[in-house]
Amino acid sequence: MIFDLFVFAGSGTEILSGLLMTLLTWASGTALSLALGLVVSVGLVFGSRALRMLLRGYVEVIRGTPFLVQLFILYFGGPYIGLTLDPVPAGVLGLAVYGAAYFAEIFRAGFLAIPSGQIEAASILGLTRGQVVRRVQFPQMMVVILPALINMVIILSKETTILSIITVPELTFVVKGIGTRTFAFVETLLALALGYWLLVEATSAFGKALEQRIASHLTR
Amino acid sequence: MNNETTPVSLETPHFSINQGKDHATATPMVELRSVSKRFGDLAVVKSVDLSVRKSEVVCLIGPSGSGKSTLLRCMAFLEAYDEGEVLIEGELLGYRDDAKGQRHRISDRETARMRRNIGMVFQQFHLWPHMTALGNVMEALVLVRRQTREEARVVAARTLDKVGLAAKADSYPAQLSGGQQQRVAIARSLAMDPHIMLFDEPTSSLDPELVGEVLAVMKDLAAEGMTMIVVTHEMGFAAQVGDTVAFLDHGEIIARGSPTDIFRDQKHPRIRQFLQNYLDRNAFWS
Repeated sequence: MIFDLFVFAGSGTEILSGLLMTLLTWASGTALSLALGLVVSVGLVFGSRALRMLLRGYVEVIRGTPFLVQLFILYFGGPYIGLTLDPVPAGVLGLAVYGAAYFAEIFRAGFLAIPSGQIEAASILGLTRGQVVRRVQFPQMMVVILPALINMVIILSKETTILSIITVPELTFVVKGIGTRTFAFVETLLALALGYWLLVEATSAFGKALEQRIASHLTR
Repeated sequence: MNNETTPVSLETPHFSINQGKDHATATPMVELRSVSKRFGDLAVVKSVDLSVRKSEVVCLIGPSGSGKSTLLRCMAFLEAYDEGEVLIEGELLGYRDDAKGQRHRISDRETARMRRNIGMVFQQFHLWPHMTALGNVMEALVLVRRQTREEARVVAARTLDKVGLAAKADSYPAQLSGGQQQRVAIARSLAMDPHIMLFDEPTSSLDPELVGEVLAVMKDLAAEGMTMIVVTHEMGFAAQVGDTVAFLDHGEIIARGSPTDIFRDQKHPRIRQFLQNYLDRNAFWS
């Protein structure tokens, strides 16, 4: 076998657009799932019994099924209930719904990590539930859960490869196409692996910097 | 050992710094009528009656597990009592009784409004570790009292000064000793101008050396006429500062009276035993 990197020659713009699509779906999927996950966790911690059970069901179903299957159901099953989405919005929505279940559990662990006495002290002083979350719980729990959050963000970056199955033209989709065209499967797959690895390392470095920044802000 | 932790002899003559206070106000600051609280099958507080006048200092003493802390927490509605009435300055706390005698929980917002006049200090301080001492005291002034940050800063600094911690305003809780943390917690409550202060074993998690500084602040507070209900194991404090001492056992107040009544010539065998244990534990040598 001849290892030939020239298979990528002339595909520069194609690869770049694939990378941009990966970054776009990843970033928007992560942002949406963080927001949704926080809302779900608030419901899980403070909601009524019925709401808690509903959200618990959502988390269990999402965590109990593969992302690929969820995405298929959303993309191919959606139209049956009037939800017809283009590949990119479907992919982003799928990532959001998938990631939120995990983020919700991480946030929930964060809420539970703050001693209840601090919350009692706040409520005696007349702080509302929302003020307690915003001012007492959230800043402290961020320190505790940041490593877990970064971890999940990294997992999501790699889940974007799944979007290639529903023809989202992200990096994996593009590079696989080149492989098929040139029959250079090893080169393309190795290059792909290297690309994601660099992406994850960059994210991880960013996460570390953020951790240090937050930790220095919240001296204990 | 300092003054505050000196063991009380059963024969020590009673001395109260609160003698001669004005006790004429009609409505009690806190009134408990047949208050009961159960945790599952366990009756923790059994039909307790208690009336606290303005500026009165009531010390709740008794063995651990006797329901002292639970009773105190009912007075702030941190525990929802099951039966009876807790009246704060004449107003029913936590519930509303309708015309048919049916009882309803009032909203959290209503409960929060009634708690505005209650301050509470906990055994474990419960300061917010991500805020400085000043920040801890300012927080509720800004969020609840709607003061500007500048106004809150002035009030908070003044209150910290009152508990002797002006120099520690910018320290985080982790940088303070237990005694200092507890004084910050007291300042955090005091800054809100409460009419009633509840203390839940405020010195129980402190090194013996640090107990005195917290008790000194509480003594000053009592001397200023604050209405205080104190769950404590500090018999010296109860004897010196308390106007009334109530002894709880198995969820009931089995004796109450002036410190002299409780500590001197006690006839009740359970209380005698409790006080004897206290003396034995605190005896240097015999």
